[in-house]
Amino acid sequence: MVPTGAQLGPVPAWAILWLMFLIAAGLFAWRAVFLVRLLMLGRPEMRWDRIPERIKRVLVYVLGQRRMLDEPLVGIPHVLIFYGFLVFLMATSGMLLQGLYPSLTIPSLEENRYLGPVVDVFAVLVLGGLAVTSFRRFVLRPAGLQLTWDATLVNILIASLMVTYLTAEGFRLVAWPGERAVWLPFGSGLADWFGRSEALRASAPGLYQGFWWAHVSIVLFFLAYLPYSKHLHLLASPFSVFFSRLDPPGRLPASAAHAERMGAERLEEFTWRQLLSAFACAECGRCERACPSHTSGEPCSPRQLVHNLKVQLLQYGPALLEKACAAADGGEPALIGGLIAPNELWACTTCLSCVEHCPVLNEHLSVMVDLRRRLVERGELDERLQEAFGNLQRYGNSFGQSERKRAVWTQGLDFKPKDARKGPVEWLWYLGEYACYHPTLQQTTRAFARVLHAAEVDFGILYEGERNTGNDARRAGEEGLFELLREKNTATMQKAKFNNIFTTDPHVYNTLKNEYPDLNHGRHPVYHYTQVLQDLLDRGRLKIEHKLPYRVTYHDPCYLGRYNGVYEPPRKVLRALGVELKEMPRSRRASFCCGGGGGRVWMEEIGEAHSRPSESRVKEAASLDGVEMLVVACPKDYVMFTDALKTTGLEGRITVRDLSDLVAEAVGAEAAARPQDKAA
Amino acid sequence: MNIAVLTKQVPDLVEGVEIDSTGKAVDPDSIRYILSESDDHAIEEAVLLKERNQARVEVFSLQTGEVRDSLCMALAKGADRVVIVTTGLEAPPSNHTAAKIFASVLQGLPFDLILTGVRAIDDLDGSLGGLLAGYLNLPYVGLVRKVELANGAAMAVVQKEFPGGYAAELEVKLPAVLGIQAAEQPPRYVPVSRLRQVMKTAKVEEQEATPPKSESVAVERMFKPEEGAGATMVSGTPEEVARQIVNLFSERRLVR
Amino acid sequence: MSQDVWILAEHFQGRLNDITLELVGKGRELAQAKQGKVAVVLLGSNVNGLMSELAGADVVFVANRPEFREFTPEAYGAALEAVLKDAHPWVVLMGSTSVGLDLLSLLSARTGKPCLDSCTRLDIRDGRLFATSQIYGGKLFAEVALSDTTTLVAVVPGSFPKPENAAAGRPEFQEIALAALPEPRTKFRKLIEPPPGDVDITKVPVLVAVGRGIQNADNLSMAEELAEALGGTVCASRPVIDQGWLPLTRQVGKSGMTVKPKLYLAFGISGAPEHWEGMKNSELIVAVNTDPKAPIFAGAHYGAAVDALELLPLLTEEVRKANLKKAS
Repeated sequence: MVPTGAQLGPVPAWAILWLMFLIAAGLFAWRAVFLVRLLMLGRPEMRWDRIPERIKRVLVYVLGQRRMLDEPLVGIPHVLIFYGFLVFLMATSGMLLQGLYPSLTIPSLEENRYLGPVVDVFAVLVLGGLAVTSFRRFVLRPAGLQLTWDATLVNILIASLMVTYLTAEGFRLVAWPGERAVWLPFGSGLADWFGRSEALRASAPGLYQGFWWAHVSIVLFFLAYLPYSKHLHLLASPFSVFFSRLDPPGRLPASAAHAERMGAERLEEFTWRQLLSAFACAECGRCERACPSHTSGEPCSPRQLVHNLKVQLLQYGPALLEKACAAADGGEPALIGGLIAPNELWACTTCLSCVEHCPVLNEHLSVMVDLRRRLVERGELDERLQEAFGNLQRYGNSFGQSERKRAVWTQGLDFKPKDARKGPVEWLWYLGEYACYHPTLQQTTRAFARVLHAAEVDFGILYEGERNTGNDARRAGEEGLFELLREKNTATMQKAKFNNIFTTDPHVYNTLKNEYPDLNHGRHPVYHYTQVLQDLLDRGRLKIEHKLPYRVTYHDPCYLGRYNGVYEPPRKVLRALGVELKEMPRSRRASFCCGGGGGRVWMEEIGEAHSRPSESRVKEAASLDGVEMLVVACPKDYVMFTDALKTTGLEGRITVRDLSDLVAEAVGAEAAARPQDKAA
Repeated sequence: MNIAVLTKQVPDLVEGVEIDSTGKAVDPDSIRYILSESDDHAIEEAVLLKERNQARVEVFSLQTGEVRDSLCMALAKGADRVVIVTTGLEAPPSNHTAAKIFASVLQGLPFDLILTGVRAIDDLDGSLGGLLAGYLNLPYVGLVRKVELANGAAMAVVQKEFPGGYAAELEVKLPAVLGIQAAEQPPRYVPVSRLRQVMKTAKVEEQEATPPKSESVAVERMFKPEEGAGATMVSGTPEEVARQIVNLFSERRLVR
Repeated sequence: MSQDVWILAEHFQGRLNDITLELVGKGRELAQAKQGKVAVVLLGSNVNGLMSELAGADVVFVANRPEFREFTPEAYGAALEAVLKDAHPWVVLMGSTSVGLDLLSLLSARTGKPCLDSCTRLDIRDGRLFATSQIYGGKLFAEVALSDTTTLVAVVPGSFPKPENAAAGRPEFQEIALAALPEPRTKFRKLIEPPPGDVDITKVPVLVAVGRGIQNADNLSMAEELAEALGGTVCASRPVIDQGWLPLTRQVGKSGMTVKPKLYLAFGISGAPEHWEGMKNSELIVAVNTDPKAPIFAGAHYGAAVDALELLPLLTEEVRKANLKKAS
């Protein structure tokens, strides 16, 4: 009865199985070791800390398959296939073990009355799941999903594993009806069907053996093939999740200390975890589908970036390994300008959608920024960006305006905000350059100042001492500029006297909160103004004079929402204002970037953008029935969306208003800024 | 091949310029200095020449303004040596005086090419390059937008800009002085990290020079352009502005 | 020192440049006040055709030699240096141009005579000559009292009007006696023509000009639409051309074209002197710039301190409406 108990010709069957097993396992191990050695080419990075948290992540994201459910159509089938895999891992291991040691009696799952049906049902569930995913992959063909022989082969292998298993079961139950004591719904169904044929009944034992061997052979083939295919993600993803970054995403990793050059381009300049992204990537394309630049037709693709890293690693890594034994040298062609075009890197808005949606927790963003850092180091950047960097360095703002004019916006207020440099104040309001210099936004800034004044909030500003915090300069690849700005700002703030910081700019919020270590350590907590407003409303310090009768939708800024998890406070504020809030299809962590982050506002348009991210977003807002207003909480969003209204011709249909502006209106702060273009 | 670049710092117009209490000069307290734009191009052109030929680039500047920073920037871009020429003068000298100072500094030094920006925003008494060439009896071409070496670096072939998009190609026997209008490519970017590194380790030399008797034009007064005499401003919302402007066109029958 | 006014003539492809005529006109006015003479120094080859245009001068010093066929600073400089050695005119005027700028400084150093650049005004007060020059990108003016020795002055083209009527005088022509010039170290090789352009913007009645405020090449289409509605052409200031968004032939300014259209609409142009020089004589100048203190507003006829990118499509719409109304 044990399939390998007998002889296969002159040789005992189990010997043949052993041979197959050793070959397969050997191929697998050899390749796996090779891949690990490739990873070791990368530079070291400490990812062994906080083990309990890491284990939790594996439980949630690997075992719990949490991110798969972002796309339910494929997510649910994948969950089924994954659990089916786990189940079959046990079942097939048992089968294999029994085959290798025919003289031992190894309890098999199929013979267990509780687990047997589970395996049986899962075989069908997996087939069902495969049917859906294959339909999606080969018929629906969503963007970002490649049609490769590899993917096709993997699908076929899994399907044939299920089919061979079920068929073997069916024939087993025909050959040894006593086994039917354990109820296997589909197995017995097949057995019933097979049993109708006299011929099949006669050859059932042989057929069982045949399909058993088929199943085990396919498994061994799959084992050997796995590390060569994209199905490698199966092995690599638990590691990629375990070793994923625990730091807040808003804290970009610094460039390698003691490295001669900023950023990374050669394989050995990336960290081993960055290289691991290549193997953990399942090429599912979620990152690409979530990418606002890609969706707008720009040449940016997170999936392609990771893929190209993989290609480079597999193609040139081996030579580097060899040379590591002999003499260290390159021979590796440049990645940028080779597999990766600079435009692909500059098109990224750093919105974090790719990282947020990746089921294996890859960090496309850190690879992209490291490559940008290298481009900046070589001076290969477009002129407008150069100019912006020059202005930031010299004037502390990207507009190229005198730093002496930083507080000109305060003229027009009938009170003088306190100077936090002379202090002391409870709150430091860090404005950000848009609030200070942008002509339209200055009105909004004044209106909010009046709101704070009326609510008797003890706040102060830094006047001319305030400079750009460097969030976007850092993400545009100018690490040195970021450090310079951070040093200056930290020195200014250390001399000022305040307790807490709040800001009206999510980019400022992100970097002050996550990347200014000397501010943190709890001593100067950083808040977004919506959090402050929420608190004021809760405590009754802010009185809503008139409820606003608008029907609005709210756009979650990337640096507030996805980066820092601040979704509720703006919504609570809006509800308190009395507006009717309708959510866009892409909201909260799926919010669709305005296209202005990562220094994009300082760069030329790239490629043939047929519909800029900002245009796509305002169209999405306008598509909501009855919604007349798009509310934003970030100055870049305001600028990008008001522009997009013009270029899409939606000006009469919907307006763009900053949340602080609405608050000013509701609170009755005099001369609350009203936009020049109103909804008809 | 040795190339000298002469640079100066000028008031940064972003910060504005104010007239001092005498009414005859600019108020130095109102000024923030920045490298003259065409001098920046001169440095770029020099570095390009260095990259394409075997050349050495030395950058000189008088003392005015944030000279150290801009000279370190020149080093970061590829200059081999940078020198601050100190004169003990209090106020920035006229171009005639500056040219005489540089003439004394450069006299006898084996420079094949001397590049400088063709004009700076605070020039009043001619351009430094032409004056220097006159004092040193060297050939001079101004408004240069491209420089190539020829004849084994015995000669420079330059393009001189003329209005209407025209240019003249001239050949100049070296040594010569060139007034650069624009480098062949925009001044290159130096990442902040590299600049800071250079500033930490760089050696900025200082050289003393005795200033000649000062020569300058007698400024009677400085004044701002009349405000008030100017455009009739059209105000209102953009829609209103558009309407008013088109009315103007209609009145003058400029609408087809 | 005599009370004569000397003018260094500039010519290109067989025609005298306007600046020379402007200076002759102004020179006439200055010389008359002091009973001096107006002398033009003309260097060139085959210059007989130009002589007729110099009727406004009293004397024309001519050097008609092949080595002066094309301008080189060295050859012209050496000749002028020789001429000025023994002459002491009151003032020597030249254009603040590709030609004049080189000569101004070279001659000042070689002859020891003081010089002044970027002059936009010349006035006589109490018998003394005062020159006003623009500096700091046109943000400031400096009035300078010219000394009692010969001063060399470079004048911004367009500062003085070109005399309307051709003068009717008969100047005396004098051949300049030049000793053999030393072997030149500067030689003219060839003239580089601008790339063949589509439009000659000097002949278009309506120009829609864009500057840095246009921000990127994509926004050019808005300007083109307005130009089309108005029956005109798009041109630009130097920064836009340097970026490569428009060809060289569309550049307006000191190193570009000088235009005098019926309507000059400037969007996002600050009005730096180099640009202003190229369009200041347009009949109607309307400037749009978000900075109400932009220098262009000092000279434009009408202005609006609004965002050019906002205004452009609105203007186009209004013009189209007006076109329709006119047609009907």
